[in-house]
Amino acid sequence: MCSLALFPAPLACGQTTLCESNNELLSGTATDHRLKQDSSPLSLYFPRESLKLHCRTESSSKAAFLDHSETLWMRSAAAWRDGGLTGLLNEITNSNTEVPKWLSVSSGFTLALLRWFSSFHGSLFPHLTMSSENMLAEFSQVLNWSDCVVRAFAWHPHADKFAVALLDDSIKIYNPKSATTPTLKHRLQRSVAAVQWKPMCASALAVACQNCLLVWHVDPCSLSTRPSSGCAQVLSNPGHSPVTSIAWSPSGSLLVSASPMDTAMMVWDVASESCVPLQRVGGGGVTFLSWSPDSSHVLASTPSALFRVWETRTWTCERWPCVKGRCQSGCWSPDGSRLLFTVQGEMVIYVLTFGDTPAGVPTCTSKGPQAAAVVADLSETTFNTADGDIIVGGEIHSLSWDPTGERLAVLLEGDPQAADRPAIIAVFKTRTNPIFELLPCGFVQGEPGAEPRMMQFHPNFQHGALLTVCWSSGRITHVPFYFLGAGVPHFGLSGSPSLPRPQERPADFANQSLFTELIS
Amino acid sequence: ILDLVNNQCWNRVVCWRAVASIAWAVLLLLPITAVFVILSRFSLLHPIQTFSGQSLCSFAIFSLILMCGVIIMVGFLNLEYYTVIPTIACSKIALLGQLLHPRQFVNSLAHCIMGIIVAWCCAVTLGGRYETIGYPCTQGDGTDSSPQMCLNEYHLILLLAGAFVGFSHSLLAVISNINYVSFHTVQQYKYLRFKGSLPFVVKCSAAQALYSVRNYIVVYFFLGYIPKAWICKTLNLHLNSSVHPLDSIAGLLDLSLLYHQWISASFLLFTWNITLLLFRIFVTEFLALQDVALLSQHSPSRRCEVFSLSQPGGHPHNWNAISKECLSLLADLTQRLVAYHDTVATNGRAKSLSTGSERKTSSETSFTSATEDLMSPRPTLLLRTPASVFARFVVGTPHSPLTAPFTPDLDSPFASPALRRLTAPLDQCSPWFGTVQSPHIMRRAPKLWSTSTGERRLMEDVRSLGSNGHLKLPEASSQALFADSQAHIWALEGLSYLVQASFSEDQFGVIQTTLPSILGCMLILQEAVDRHFKLPHASSKPVRSASGMGDSTYKTLRFALRATLKTAIYRITTTFGNHLNAVQMSAEHRKRLQQFLEYKE
Repeated sequence: MCSLALFPAPLACGQTTLCESNNELLSGTATDHRLKQDSSPLSLYFPRESLKLHCRTESSSKAAFLDHSETLWMRSAAAWRDGGLTGLLNEITNSNTEVPKWLSVSSGFTLALLRWFSSFHGSLFPHLTMSSENMLAEFSQVLNWSDCVVRAFAWHPHADKFAVALLDDSIKIYNPKSATTPTLKHRLQRSVAAVQWKPMCASALAVACQNCLLVWHVDPCSLSTRPSSGCAQVLSNPGHSPVTSIAWSPSGSLLVSASPMDTAMMVWDVASESCVPLQRVGGGGVTFLSWSPDSSHVLASTPSALFRVWETRTWTCERWPCVKGRCQSGCWSPDGSRLLFTVQGEMVIYVLTFGDTPAGVPTCTSKGPQAAAVVADLSETTFNTADGDIIVGGEIHSLSWDPTGERLAVLLEGDPQAADRPAIIAVFKTRTNPIFELLPCGFVQGEPGAEPRMMQFHPNFQHGALLTVCWSSGRITHVPFYFLGAGVPHFGLSGSPSLPRPQERPADFANQSLFTELIS
Repeated sequence: ILDLVNNQCWNRVVCWRAVASIAWAVLLLLPITAVFVILSRFSLLHPIQTFSGQSLCSFAIFSLILMCGVIIMVGFLNLEYYTVIPTIACSKIALLGQLLHPRQFVNSLAHCIMGIIVAWCCAVTLGGRYETIGYPCTQGDGTDSSPQMCLNEYHLILLLAGAFVGFSHSLLAVISNINYVSFHTVQQYKYLRFKGSLPFVVKCSAAQALYSVRNYIVVYFFLGYIPKAWICKTLNLHLNSSVHPLDSIAGLLDLSLLYHQWISASFLLFTWNITLLLFRIFVTEFLALQDVALLSQHSPSRRCEVFSLSQPGGHPHNWNAISKECLSLLADLTQRLVAYHDTVATNGRAKSLSTGSERKTSSETSFTSATEDLMSPRPTLLLRTPASVFARFVVGTPHSPLTAPFTPDLDSPFASPALRRLTAPLDQCSPWFGTVQSPHIMRRAPKLWSTSTGERRLMEDVRSLGSNGHLKLPEASSQALFADSQAHIWALEGLSYLVQASFSEDQFGVIQTTLPSILGCMLILQEAVDRHFKLPHASSKPVRSASGMGDSTYKTLRFALRATLKTAIYRITTTFGNHLNAVQMSAEHRKRLQQFLEYKE
């Protein structure tokens, strides 16, 4: 089932993918592309130089002030406040000239014991020893998160607007119908890992930050470009940081958040700022969450080789141990019956099928599949292009399925060291009804030197699917896929997309099925 | 008579649930006591000795039985005092009035006595110097060495600690509304919920015990001689002058004594809190599921019943009943908000609305025209308690006629048969049977408020005192206004989910006829809520208090209602989209709805 070999070859250098029309990906030169894109208001470019970065963190500001000798009590209190128990013990151990000997010795002993224990714990779950920045980079759905200019992106589920989180910890909201672009900044808004708009609401935007969750209420009618931090609700729970993933329920009533440091995932009632921790032993944390579009299931992956699928009526879960690595990414079909996921260290996409039983009991508990099925093999494939050989394939960083269930975008990690193994987006055509099928569509490429970092489909694009890609250069582009959905009735010719269509139809590979449920 | 029978039915179910929770609490008592024994005998220097303690004497067995009695009593008090609509004191004097209420006095006394009993059990279990209240001693300077009974102050201090902790627990219960039972955001199984909240209960019991013991030591230091002298006198015991008295600094600074006091107080509070927690979990289990909101969200077959037409005649009785009840509930809230706003605007001070009776009169007196047009002509509809709507939704088959007294319109065409069909699936599956009854909990609050007239007069005097002084607690009146909003939230969710589902499932266009009034009602409520949140203190967030067993959900209900209302309107507008332009409505409403259609609200 080597699937990438069936794909059309990647574009030559200097060519970029423009759109899909008539079952074919059209390309153009980079300059054409830029001219065309710059005219549209939604294409953005954030050069790295334009952003003012924080050169220091908050805790390091201590060094800027003169040393001031305080009493031991004051220092202990400050250490307790800043560093908790470990900070206090450290302070007492270090100031051994001022405290009785037995106290400093015993605190040193306790500290050593604590460290030994935490190292033991860390050896069980290696991710616990990472710094929170590294952890965010490791578990983010954005490729190479720490070096990325655009750190998070979210389309509004109903209105035509989106939010962009940038490297300088600000969030900008773009709306083509409005002249103002509000910039959101908050003292606690650091290292944004994810943003998501609340469904069934015009204004609420949830932001996953390093130490907390923020829910901004951005009035769409307001002319203010800098909403005050009073517009943001701060949701925090001790031990629940850094937050790497958030997901709103499709009905807009609940918000779940996950942190690799916390074995519990939090279900928030945002209006009353209360949370219910859902704790399960094993896994060592929760890294990625995805709520199925029919709001019946939630995928929760952990840092170890295990992920869970929660059903949302009584909040029970089923464990799915993986063989090789952790679950890296996942996405749901629009009807919530299929879950595609990828595992770190493997080059395949798996599918899990859930039954439509009203109680939300997946079929695997009855007589359905006991294991996930492989639907696509994305192992490395060499293409001969005009610029030499290009190796495409490898580990998968993230998955995205468009809301009509017709296109599946796969972000391949590539190898940043090797020039001939770029990160690339492979797009599949999919069909879920009557049987699940995968067909090749093509690769989406940007201008030379730009690698895709993150992608998201527009939630309600009228003429097919619209894939928004954030590039390593700081550019955000939109690639439309014009097609008539299977669910959309064909209204003669008037319903067809109005694009220049070439006469020849290169349908050689386009109709070769990669995966169908019939043969598997 | 019907009322009586109905109450019996209701009592039966909740009583069974309470009994189950008490039974679990009693079962859990054994492991808790074991942990307590191990912890109390733990000595830092001889960790092995901890486990090689004395064998259990008959006293210990007896104390265990006593403890079971106490747990059952606590469970009974929980059952007697719980409420789903919190009583919110709008001023400090009203709070004082609550604390000095005779009923509260009885409650405190009961807790005191139970505290003493538990402390006695602890003392017996601890053994050693705590075991008995008297001990033989030789008093005097050796010349007169006749054996006497002397007072064992260690025993006494432990007993009094129990009484103090019990008393302070009952006071804190009033202040933090510990009897308020809220509904969880997500539904979980009982065991999982219990497991999830166990660490929190341990933590908060230990912390509360620490503070109580601290306060107790201060009190005992200054006033300890009074009970000591009294006990000596009544039991004819003597004070041993050779032993250091405990109400001195040196006596109280005994670390082992402090530790034992603290661990006993933690044990006491933990057993009580566990009983409360189990009670809450059992009573609210799957309560919200039977509510129309979640059913409309999760069960297509039940929705199908709602959208169906009656066989002869072809009237959508089911839908009519549901929509009418929900709309009247929402209109009631709108009226209350408008009345409150008017009072604030005219007098410059808010009228406190902490009792149900008074709230009714306020909605009676100011009958605004805003909601009149969309309401049914019967004004009695507006006077219903929120309980009635739930009574209507869940009329179980065995006693569906019994809920009739709670709905004023007995002559309405949609009497119970139609609803019975709707709720029929409920009765077939046994675990749901209990839930059929549970909305009657909602009715409990009015019952709790209906105190005797004398007491009410006292409360009203107190309230009038508070309302014109600066003793008013800010935002408390706003909290009181939304105290029962859980019902409104469910009504909004239920209506909006049904309307959303009707877009694809409603074959006969049943919803279409009521869509204008639903939208109108929601938009008016939205306007009233918006106006209310512009008042001072209404939009200020309450301080998050994570400590204690008290549930502070009621403090944020108004925010939850606002969010739910907006979501409900958006749920309808996103589903119907531009089709809503065909719905008949006033120009003002259309303008407002347009804002929602353009995602500008």
